[in-house]
Amino acid sequence: MSDLHTVNKSPFEKNSLDTCLRLSKAGSSILLYEDGVYAALAGTAASGKIAGALADRKVYVLEPDYRARGLKSDRLIEGVEMVDYAGFVDLVESCDKVQAWV
Amino acid sequence: MKFAIQVNEGPYQHQASDSAYHFTKAALEKGHECFRVFFYHDGVLNGTRLTTPPQDDRNIVNNWVELAEKYDLDLVVCVAAAQRRGIVDEGEAERNGKDATNIAPRFRISGLGQLIEAAIQCDKLVVFGD
Repeated sequence: MSDLHTVNKSPFEKNSLDTCLRLSKAGSSILLYEDGVYAALAGTAASGKIAGALADRKVYVLEPDYRARGLKSDRLIEGVEMVDYAGFVDLVESCDKVQAWV
Repeated sequence: MKFAIQVNEGPYQHQASDSAYHFTKAALEKGHECFRVFFYHDGVLNGTRLTTPPQDDRNIVNNWVELAEKYDLDLVVCVAAAQRRGIVDEGEAERNGKDATNIAPRFRISGLGQLIEAAIQCDKLVVFGD
C-alpha cells in the first residue's frame, strides 16, 4: 500500500507541488486536479518536475478538470495517466491514505 | 469502502465544493459508503437554502440536497464556522436570538467532534479545499 497525494494548485501560482514532490515517497501516487492540472502540461517551466517524479512515482491528472481548462491530451506529459472521478475514487480506495497538498 | 469527506470552501470562491460533490457522487455510484460530509470554514456556505443562483448556473446546495436524499447522506455543518457566517437552524436561532433560519434541508449543524468521529469511523477521509 502507498499514499495518494493530491495537488489542486497550479505550479505557476503556489509551491504546493514542490512540497508534495519533496515529501512524497517513491512508489506513491500523485493526483493533479483543479488548477493542479497545469503541472501535467508538456513544454512548460514546470514540466521537468513531473517528468522527474515519474521516475519513481505514478502521476495522474483528473480529466474533467484538464478538459475544463481547454487543455488537449496531446500536450500531456508522457507517462501521466488521465482519470475521471470514478478513477479518482479508485485511487483513493487503493491507497493507504490520502494527503491533500494545498 | 467507507469514505468521509471534508469540504473547506464555499461555492463561489473555489472549485472545492464541486470537486467534493463530484467525488462523493462517483463514490456512491460505485457502491461505496459515505459516512459523513463535513463542511468546515467557508464550506458551511454550501448549506444555506436561501441561495438563489441564476437558473443556468449550477446550484451546488440543491445538488448536495438531492444527493443526500438519494443516498441518505449525513451533511454536517461546523457550528462555530456557521455562527460566524450566518448559517442558522432553529436551535441556533433560539440560542442566539436570531429572527430567521437558513439551513438547507438534509443539512444539520453540529460540532467538530463530528469530523473527528468521521475520521475515526471511515476508511478514508478526503479533504477538499485549502
